[in-house]
Amino acid sequence: MAKLETKIGGLTLKNPVLTASGTFGYGTEFSEFIDLSRLGGYIIKGTTLNPREGNPYPRMAETPSGMLNCVGLQNKGVHYLKDHIYPNIKDIDSCLIVNLSGSTVEDYAEAAEIIGTMDKVQAIELNISCPNVKQGGMAFGTTTQGVEQVVSAVRKAYNKTLIVKLSPNVTSITDMALAAEAAGADSVSLINTLMGMAIDAERRKPLLSMVTGGLSGPCVKPVALRCVWQVAKAVKIPVVGLGGIMNATDAIEFFLAGATAIEIGTANFIDPETTVKVVDGINEYLDRHNFKSITEIIGQLEV
Amino acid sequence: MEEISPNWDSFYIHVNETTQKWVCFCMIFQQQFRFCCYFVTFAQNFSILMKKQLNLKVENLKKITEQHILLSLVAPNGDMPEIKAGQFVEVKVDNAPTVFLRRPISVHFVDYAKQRLDLLVALVGDGTRKMATLSVGDEVSVLLPLGNGFPMPTKAGTKCLLVGGGVGIAPLLYLGDRLKAAGHQVSFLLGARNAGGVMLEDEFKKFGSLYLTTEDGNVGEKGFVTNHSILEKEQFDEIFVCGPTPMMKAVAKYAYGKNIECYVSLENKMACGLGACLCCVTEDNKGHNRCVCSEGPVFNINELPWQN
Repeated sequence: MAKLETKIGGLTLKNPVLTASGTFGYGTEFSEFIDLSRLGGYIIKGTTLNPREGNPYPRMAETPSGMLNCVGLQNKGVHYLKDHIYPNIKDIDSCLIVNLSGSTVEDYAEAAEIIGTMDKVQAIELNISCPNVKQGGMAFGTTTQGVEQVVSAVRKAYNKTLIVKLSPNVTSITDMALAAEAAGADSVSLINTLMGMAIDAERRKPLLSMVTGGLSGPCVKPVALRCVWQVAKAVKIPVVGLGGIMNATDAIEFFLAGATAIEIGTANFIDPETTVKVVDGINEYLDRHNFKSITEIIGQLEV
Repeated sequence: MEEISPNWDSFYIHVNETTQKWVCFCMIFQQQFRFCCYFVTFAQNFSILMKKQLNLKVENLKKITEQHILLSLVAPNGDMPEIKAGQFVEVKVDNAPTVFLRRPISVHFVDYAKQRLDLLVALVGDGTRKMATLSVGDEVSVLLPLGNGFPMPTKAGTKCLLVGGGVGIAPLLYLGDRLKAAGHQVSFLLGARNAGGVMLEDEFKKFGSLYLTTEDGNVGEKGFVTNHSILEKEQFDEIFVCGPTPMMKAVAKYAYGKNIECYVSLENKMACGLGACLCCVTEDNKGHNRCVCSEGPVFNINELPWQN
């Protein structure tokens, strides 16, 4: 059996399979289907300093090979997470990562400090790429100055591993990744959803309450692979790849493109056991190709 | 496994050697058998609380109307979990290029003895139309049971009215079965657009009295369910509703007016069915967005902002 251990900054993951924020709740929603301790780690859904109700219904539209959502970061806030959720999940034998979002730099920094007080949370994934909120979110992730500003502020407030999640809705995602790296990020994860929309022709109305939403699922995988490949060549920090991964083969493609770890998102909605099946499938691939460790295939695309 | 009966012990002392060995074997067998029984019972008790992903087999697929099918699925390994009336399942639809997500479908009926789950499906889109092309013996991946069911009345002999419209009648058959089994009085009030939409009357009649309305008046009383004379003639203790939102709101208005306990089953567009994606929310009377899949689909009308 090959070694699946991988490292993101100071963080050692038992295997490279993480869950994507917003698709896995607090993990407990999936505990009847899978053994959470088999995950390399899981990323808790987008948390903000204060509670958010999110956007009105309807928030979801199906597309061929994917879906659009405009949930808008509904969550009960970082204090609720700390007091009511964290005690129930802190002893799960997996790496806990909190996805953090905000409307202002100050909010990001204050919430990051509170996350820092949760001992078992080993990293923050900084969401500067949510397309569904009016203020903040993606606004920070679409200019290098915005990235620099928010990443620096959170870096000062938080001394554990900091992963910055990047938006593909930019001209050059590489520039954003370099800005995050320069501002002190330990890693970048990409891609967040691609902005899209869906229309009901009969009613001449949008299918989403916010008109536009974020596209995810297998339809975005080619875009995600391209972004990971470009960014991995440009930065020195590890890249976490995500976007449309449905099975182990998809995951392997991301490793070859340069990802050190991967996240599984929308696939959790189709098969709640996808994550553990991908762990097994990665193992099988490595054995079949006589690789001793996952690290041997990272960035090994033969071009 | 400890409780070997004392009679066996006394019997054991009085037998010859050959018989001793045989009795010994019997005792060990009995112990192991009991252990197995306990283990199986424990496993079953544990598993009934769990959500599962199962590959069920199509046992039958029957066209009920031009727009509805009755899909009967069986658990070949006998591991059908306990399902409450009002819960739903998420069905994976394969080989349909425009269908990506699972389809949430109400549980229409469960026969545990036959390990059979019945789904009444309205053919409204590519996913459900693809389901209608399944063949007997096909495997279907199903997540179940999902959501919370209808709460059972606590008072013995409660007079229950089960109101359904369109394919919203689906969860009411199993609910009627459960209510009747628990000793409550069941009446169904089902509405359809026209005679073509009236279905499965004989099934519903097994569990209670049946009242019908059609908008054109060809079957039952003319009008919407809320126009039916039974609502004036009878006094019900609890009402359970599933159907189009305007119909549920109209029934809720009646229940508010008469101060009757009333539960509605919502049918929002959803993705995961597990409370993870937060796509299927409905706003409650406190202005909070609640997940229909995991906190519902059944809500007490007092939790919803439907008073006005």
